[in-house]
Amino acid sequence: MAKNKEKTQEDQKVSRPAPASGFKIAMHEIRHDKVAFTAAIIIILILLFTFGGSMFLHKSQVTEINIVDAYYGWGQNGHIFGTDDGGRDILKLLMMGGRNSIMIGVAVTAVVEIVGLLVGLVSGYYGGYIDSIIMRIVDFIQVLPKWPIMIVLVTVIPNYNAVSLVWIISMFAWPATARYFRAFILSQRERDYVLASKTSGSSDLKIMFREVLPNITSMIIIDVVLTIAGNIGVETTLSFIGYGLPTTTPSLGTLIGFANDPVNVVNRPWLWLPATILLLMISLSINYVGRALQRAGDARQREN
Amino acid sequence: MWKTILRRFLVMIPQIIILSFLVFVLAKMMPGDPFSGQINPNTDPKQLAALKQAAGLNDPIPVQYGRWVGNLFRGDLGTSYIQHVPVVSLIADRAVNTFWLSLLSTIITYAISIPMGITAGRHQDEWQDQAVEIFNYVTYAVPPFVFYILAIWLFGFTLGWFPISGSVAANASGFWGTIGSQFYHMLLPAILTAVVTTTSIVQYLRTGIVDNKVEDYVRTAHSKGVPENVVFNKHILRNSLLPIASNFGTVITGLLSGSMIVESVFSYPGMGKLFLDSISQRDYTTLTALILIFGILTLLGNLLSDIIMSIVDPRIRVK
Repeated sequence: MAKNKEKTQEDQKVSRPAPASGFKIAMHEIRHDKVAFTAAIIIILILLFTFGGSMFLHKSQVTEINIVDAYYGWGQNGHIFGTDDGGRDILKLLMMGGRNSIMIGVAVTAVVEIVGLLVGLVSGYYGGYIDSIIMRIVDFIQVLPKWPIMIVLVTVIPNYNAVSLVWIISMFAWPATARYFRAFILSQRERDYVLASKTSGSSDLKIMFREVLPNITSMIIIDVVLTIAGNIGVETTLSFIGYGLPTTTPSLGTLIGFANDPVNVVNRPWLWLPATILLLMISLSINYVGRALQRAGDARQREN
Repeated sequence: MWKTILRRFLVMIPQIIILSFLVFVLAKMMPGDPFSGQINPNTDPKQLAALKQAAGLNDPIPVQYGRWVGNLFRGDLGTSYIQHVPVVSLIADRAVNTFWLSLLSTIITYAISIPMGITAGRHQDEWQDQAVEIFNYVTYAVPPFVFYILAIWLFGFTLGWFPISGSVAANASGFWGTIGSQFYHMLLPAILTAVVTTTSIVQYLRTGIVDNKVEDYVRTAHSKGVPENVVFNKHILRNSLLPIASNFGTVITGLLSGSMIVESVFSYPGMGKLFLDSISQRDYTTLTALILIFGILTLLGNLLSDIIMSIVDPRIRVK
C-alpha cells in the first residue's frame, strides 16, 4: 500500500508539467508580437549604445570643460553630434546621460517594487484595519503635490547626489505600486489555494511569499517594465528643469534642458535634439513592451 | 447625499492638518529667515539678533507652528525674502494667469478626448479605434516636456505660428486686443497640456462604451426597434459618461498644479513659473506658500471628484 502511494505521488510529479515562470511567459509573448519584438530589439540596441559606449568612457574625461572646442556643429572636428558650451562631445554625453537616466529609472523601480510589493502583500492579505491604515497613508501621499515637494527636497537636502535623487523619486512612486498589488492580492485571499493552505496550518508569511507571490510574477514583470519607463520620465523631467541629477553628472534631461534657451532651440539643435529622440525611443519602446505584456496578462486572466 | 459630502469633508480636515505640518517642516528645512534678504555689511549683528527674537524665530518649534497657522487663517502668508512684498499679492497675480490657462486646457482636454473616446468605443477594433490607441499610447508613454520642446521648436520657431513666451504681447492695446493676445499666448501651451491629459478620459469612455454595448438594456432597446443612433446616444453614451464626470476633479487639479513644466518651457507667468523662479532665487516664504496652495488645491480636487461621483452615481452613496 505504502509503496503504491509513493508511486502515485512520483507519477504525479512527473506527469505534471512545471508551471511556466513569469519570465518565460513574458519572453514567449514578446517573440509572438512583431511590434513588441521590434521594440525589445530597440531596447537592447539602446542598452548596447548607452551602457556599452559608456564602458569606454571616463566621467572626468567626458565632462572635462574645454572652452576652445565649444559649440561645434554636426560632424565638425570629428564630433558627430557637435559639442556643447563647455566643448564636451555630445555623443559621449548622450551615451553617459542615457546610461545614467536608465540606471536611475532602474534603481527607483527596484526600491519601489520591493516596498510596493511588501506593503501591497501585507495590506491585501490581512485586510481589515491594517489595510485601512495603510491605504489612508497611501491615499495621502498620492494627493500630495509631488513635483513641488520633490524639487524643494532636491534643493534642501545636504550632500545631495544621485542616491538622494533615487530616494526622493521613490518616496512618491511606491504608493501607486502598492495599490496595484494590493488590489490583486485582495482578490486572491479568498481563493481556494489560500484557504486550503491556511486550513492546513501554513504560516501567513509562507502563504504570502511561497504561494501568493509566485502567482503574481507576471504582474510584477509588467509593473517593473512600466515603472522603469515612468521613472525615467520623472528623472529626465527633473533634470530638464535643473533639479534632477547634479550638474556634473550627465543625464538625458540635462541635455534636453539646453532647449530652455531659445538660442539653442533655433541655432544649435545638435545640443538637445539627439537626446530628445533617444528619450522618445526609450519611452516608446519600453512602454510598448510593457503594454504588450499587459495585454497578454489580461487575456490569460480572462481564460482562467 | 449631503451626509456623504459632509463625511468626505470631515476626512479632509486631518489631511489638511498633516499637510500644513509637512509644509512647515519643509519650510524649516530651508535655509534662511525673513531677515536674510535684508542683511548688508552695515547690519549690526546685535540688532539682527534682537529683530529675530522679536519676530519669534527663537521660540520653540510648536509655538512657531501655531503662529504660522494663525497667520494663515488671517490670510497672511508672509513677506517675500527677495521681492519684499506680501506673498499673497505676488501669488494672486500669477494665480489669475494659471487659472485661465487651466480653464482653456480643461476645455480643450474634454473637446478632444470625448470625441476620441466615443469614436474608439463605437468602432471597437476598427482602424479608428487603433488610431486612437496609438495616439493614447504615444501621449502617455513620452514624458510631456518632450512634446513641449518639440512643439515650441516646430510651431513656435520653425513655422512661427505661435508666440513662444510670456502671457501677452507688449504692443497689445485695447480691451479686445489684450484679451486676444492673451488667448493667443495661452493657446499652444493649453493644447499641449490637453493632449497629454486625455489618456485616462479616453480610456474610461472607451471601456465604458465597450462594456455597456453588451448589456441587457441595450439588447432590449435594439429588439424594441430603437434606431442604432438613438441606442448609442441615449442609452450607451449616457451611462458611459459617468466615470468621466468623476474624473473631472482630478483633471482640474492635475492641470492646476501640474502646469509647472509647461509654464517653465513657455515662460508663462503662472504659479508654476513663480514656483520655479522662487526656488532659483531661494525665496523660501513664497515657496512654502505655493506648496501649501498646491496641496490644498489637490485635496479640493479629490473632494470635488468624490462629490461629483456621489451625485452622478447613487450606488456610491449606499456604502
